[in-house]
Amino acid sequence: MDISLQQVEYRYQANTPFERLAIEDVSIDIPAGTFMAIIGHTGSGKSTVLQHLNALLLPSKGIVKIGNHEIKAEQKNKNLKQVRQKVGIVFQFPEHQLFEETVEKDIMFGPMNFGVSADEARERAHRALKQVGLAEDILEKSPFDLSGGQMRRVAIAGVLAMEPDVIVLDEPTAGLDPRGRNEIMEMFYTLHRERQLSTILVTHSMEDAARYADQIVIMRQGKVAKKGTPEEIFSDPIDLVEMGLDVPEVVRFQLKLEEKTGIKLEKIYLSIEELSSAVTEVLSRGVRS
Amino acid sequence: MKEAIVSLKGVSFQYDPEERYALNNVSFDIYEGEWLAIVGHNGSGKSTMAKLLNGLQFPQEGEITVCGLPLTEASIWDIRKKLGMVFQNPDNQFVGTTVQDDVAFGLENNGIPRDEMVERVHDSLSKVKMDQFLLQEPHHLSGGQKQRVAIAGVLALRPAIIILDEATSMLDPRGREEVLETVRVLKEEKSLTVISITHDLDEAAKADRIIVMNGGEVFREGTPEEIFSMDEQLIQLGLDIPFSVKMSKAFRQKGINLSKYYLSEEELVTELWTSRFSK
Repeated sequence: MDISLQQVEYRYQANTPFERLAIEDVSIDIPAGTFMAIIGHTGSGKSTVLQHLNALLLPSKGIVKIGNHEIKAEQKNKNLKQVRQKVGIVFQFPEHQLFEETVEKDIMFGPMNFGVSADEARERAHRALKQVGLAEDILEKSPFDLSGGQMRRVAIAGVLAMEPDVIVLDEPTAGLDPRGRNEIMEMFYTLHRERQLSTILVTHSMEDAARYADQIVIMRQGKVAKKGTPEEIFSDPIDLVEMGLDVPEVVRFQLKLEEKTGIKLEKIYLSIEELSSAVTEVLSRGVRS
Repeated sequence: MKEAIVSLKGVSFQYDPEERYALNNVSFDIYEGEWLAIVGHNGSGKSTMAKLLNGLQFPQEGEITVCGLPLTEASIWDIRKKLGMVFQNPDNQFVGTTVQDDVAFGLENNGIPRDEMVERVHDSLSKVKMDQFLLQEPHHLSGGQKQRVAIAGVLALRPAIIILDEATSMLDPRGREEVLETVRVLKEEKSLTVISITHDLDEAAKADRIIVMNGGEVFREGTPEEIFSMDEQLIQLGLDIPFSVKMSKAFRQKGINLSKYYLSEEELVTELWTSRFSK
């Protein structure tokens, strides 16, 4: 399912003294199957963009296209429920939204809310639980007796059980330990490939953006400041630093090395493996000459 | 500096008699003026440790001493004056409607006279560089700013020890940097003892000493260099190794002769640079 934002503007509390322009002239294309990372500071408008992706917010100006649905400003927008079923959002700290008596009921809640039968919802709950790497014996437990990492997985299973085509992740690894972070990101990446989802990741982690995304969008002060592939985005790291954003550690290291040695490497490398190979080659050339 | 300000002797704790021990026979000392990082994956017992140190829970076995006082239900109120805690979620630790009210809250509770209170509020907020925000409502602040106000609230009570219980884990990289820099400066100026409970290895790398927790026990104790030379073992424990160590390893694998695994990127860059011209 393709998603496209065309010159979208959004104002919070429009027509009141508290009116505030959150995003303007935002155009982003997310063809089906894309893994996109959205990066920006707190307050850059990335959460506002995110909420347009399943029509939780409706644009004040511009058009949001979600599959065959076209959502325009100043128009009655019907059938948003269908859209919301197809676009699953995993909010920050999704475990705060758990509420049912058992894990199974909690995961079943979403699909049943969209009219799926109890039997079908139960089947989906079992499948989703497997996808997030949890064992079936926790289905009868209270979600509140689980560890933080398990609770997060249950909450994610609740979104997967809706069987969305598009999955939107808002800082999905915040607060997890390094192993948990890695496991959750690898899980989403596997789902992305195996189920051919579109994945939109809102993150502070330049490492994750560099590692997983096909496309990166950088938001700044309510506008799209930059978009492109990770190679394109990080090939101009100075620009990012001037925007007050970080670059991936490995890029930062390359910049320090280039500054100190005066050697300019051929291009910007995005993994430790590539960078160490390139530097080793230059060093050994140095020895020969 | 080798004076123990906090000491744990044979401390065990379990939340439920049916479940395994969250902490099992843990003993170590924390020295005055040091920055100690306690690291471990989720569930390793490090958060339980924080609760015991602040008397939110009491050990079933063993003894904890803080500033010479054994920690008991009778002494807890005196001990909490010496030991301030900054929690994980910036949104869960505000009680005041403005920044200054929030910092004043702890002082009011301790019956500090008004004149002194005003002075302490201003003083501690300027220490964390938040004195421009006295009348701001907390929800208008960024995560890093909120945590700095929380630190000011702790600081106003003039503690000897500050505990950061995953205090930077919900912040963006810039907020994290702000908070750690604030703590670093305060530690120097006020010779505070800092205990940071974290799974952020870059935060731990800044400490004087690290304790690695695993399965409710002290798994290893040492300087950051000693701990990070554990390498793959840390990853098996659910932790990570700092970037510069990973980078050093990659270079060694490629046949570049490095004298050690570096904890700082600057040092690694310098060695690479020197090695190129020395050959």
